[in-house]
Amino acid sequence: MDFLSILSIFVLAVFVGYYVVWSVTPALHTPLMAVTNAISSVIIVGALIAAAAGAITEGGGLSMWLGLLGVVLASVNIFGGFAVTRRMLAMYKKKEKKPAASK
Amino acid sequence: MEHAVAATPAWAVLAYLAAGVLFILALRGLSSPESSQAGNRNGMIGMALAVGTTLVLHPTGLPLIIGAIAIGGGIGWVIAQRIQMTAMPELVAGFHSLVGMAAVLVGCAAYLNPAAFGIVDAEGSILAVSRVEMGLGIAIGAITFSGSIIAFLKLSGRMSGSPILLPGRHVLNLGVLAGILGLTAFFAIDATAAAGQGPLLWIILGLSFLIGVTLIIPIGGADMPVVISMLNSYSGWAAAAMGFTLQNTAMIITGALVGSSGAILSYIMCRAMNRSFISVIAGGFGAEADAGGAKASGPAKSYKAGSADDAAFIMQNAESVIIVPGYGMAVSQAQHALREMGELLKKEGVSVKYAIHPVAGRMPGHMNVLLAEANVPYDEVFELEDINSEFGQCDVAFVIGANDVTNPLAKTDKTSPIYGMPILDVEKAKTVLFIKRSMGGVGYAGVDNPVFYADNTMMLLADAKKMVENIVKALNGGGH
Repeated sequence: MDFLSILSIFVLAVFVGYYVVWSVTPALHTPLMAVTNAISSVIIVGALIAAAAGAITEGGGLSMWLGLLGVVLASVNIFGGFAVTRRMLAMYKKKEKKPAASK
Repeated sequence: MEHAVAATPAWAVLAYLAAGVLFILALRGLSSPESSQAGNRNGMIGMALAVGTTLVLHPTGLPLIIGAIAIGGGIGWVIAQRIQMTAMPELVAGFHSLVGMAAVLVGCAAYLNPAAFGIVDAEGSILAVSRVEMGLGIAIGAITFSGSIIAFLKLSGRMSGSPILLPGRHVLNLGVLAGILGLTAFFAIDATAAAGQGPLLWIILGLSFLIGVTLIIPIGGADMPVVISMLNSYSGWAAAAMGFTLQNTAMIITGALVGSSGAILSYIMCRAMNRSFISVIAGGFGAEADAGGAKASGPAKSYKAGSADDAAFIMQNAESVIIVPGYGMAVSQAQHALREMGELLKKEGVSVKYAIHPVAGRMPGHMNVLLAEANVPYDEVFELEDINSEFGQCDVAFVIGANDVTNPLAKTDKTSPIYGMPILDVEKAKTVLFIKRSMGGVGYAGVDNPVFYADNTMMLLADAKKMVENIVKALNGGGH
């Protein structure tokens, strides 16, 4: 892909992001930050490439270890980010008729 | 020497694109609590797709890679289960620092082994455009990393929340920023850098770590919601820059989404405090708090103090109560007692609603999460613009741990540091019950609040949690 096609995708995605994020209800802004955190860890793709290539290219040793460290850090974020978002979202409950909590 | 890497197969391009679309749907799901959990699942599927595709394309070194995922994933999972909801801001700041560091590591790995990333020309030199992307990606990643570490330390109380003002910090920061940009440009045209040699990239990296620290230390605790949103945005732009280097659509779409998300949240937070983004970044707010606080001194004004029994009696006999929680409520962990109080009042036939100011917590939407954790139904919780008109008709405004966000001076006093900030009009309620630890302290902005001394205000001076628990006792005992 040439630079201009990538730039086009990027610019359009910024606009998609702009409209999608304004439609997020303010009550869910904290989960929004947690989930954007998790998905920005898609940077793991780059770390995986470095780690995998290091195993086969000569002189790729340092690059491989940097990649592996990147995989560890991004994984903390991916699992941590999605799990904590799920935990938060599970707390949001609608009003319901239920027996009052007894003391 | 032929270094050209086979072009990414069409199925993989489509798979990355699908992952990007799933991430868009993940954010779209957050438009309402009902669809949010499905949205989060879309995000997980998208991530699994992106990781799976990459592993199929590059199926070497798998044992180490899977080990690395297991270690990181295990740590992340455990943290996510154990973290307190009040600690969410520092958790998110900590996670941002990891994204930043991962971006730095990927950038460095690409610089050291460019052939593996397919960013070399026929002679084996790193492409100039890739060097710009790499330089920017590493710089943004490094700023995200060190800035988030400082934010984490401030939010978790390991470092004082008050601004640290270095002499000549604006000149210093602008100088370092110019240095980073200049060196990145030079990095793009320098032949040594093209060969993957020379110290340029490492200097850029060092300067970026430095500016991340010097940018965040002068920003005070009250402005942390803006900082954390801004760093959220940076982590996205770092991912996008790396996506350009790797020509990966999933990374580019995600980076753009996260970048705009953080930018919008920063804007919303600035608007809620009536501060300009530039003045937040310039820092120092809260350091010279005496600007409008001088009014607080002077003859002691008289106020009405009440007890938990008084408060319980007033609310039992009210038709409608609006609860205004602030961060002080979260600090004293009063949310569960507060929800119990709300339940008891509803049993007595009182209409109970919660009003949330955008900067009520330490990060966007933080107060909503804390109330949700205490089992407050989300349809009883309203944002400022949705509920502000109702204070005029409500019997009781119950303010707990909030101060600046209820201060009517923001509407009238042009000299006040909070002038122009949108506030909750609690003073319009028939009765205001205001829980406060003592009459001494003032809010973050250091401004006295005329609501304290109003005729229709009853001050409940005590620890927020104890006071609410006593009100609950009074409601249980006094009722039948």
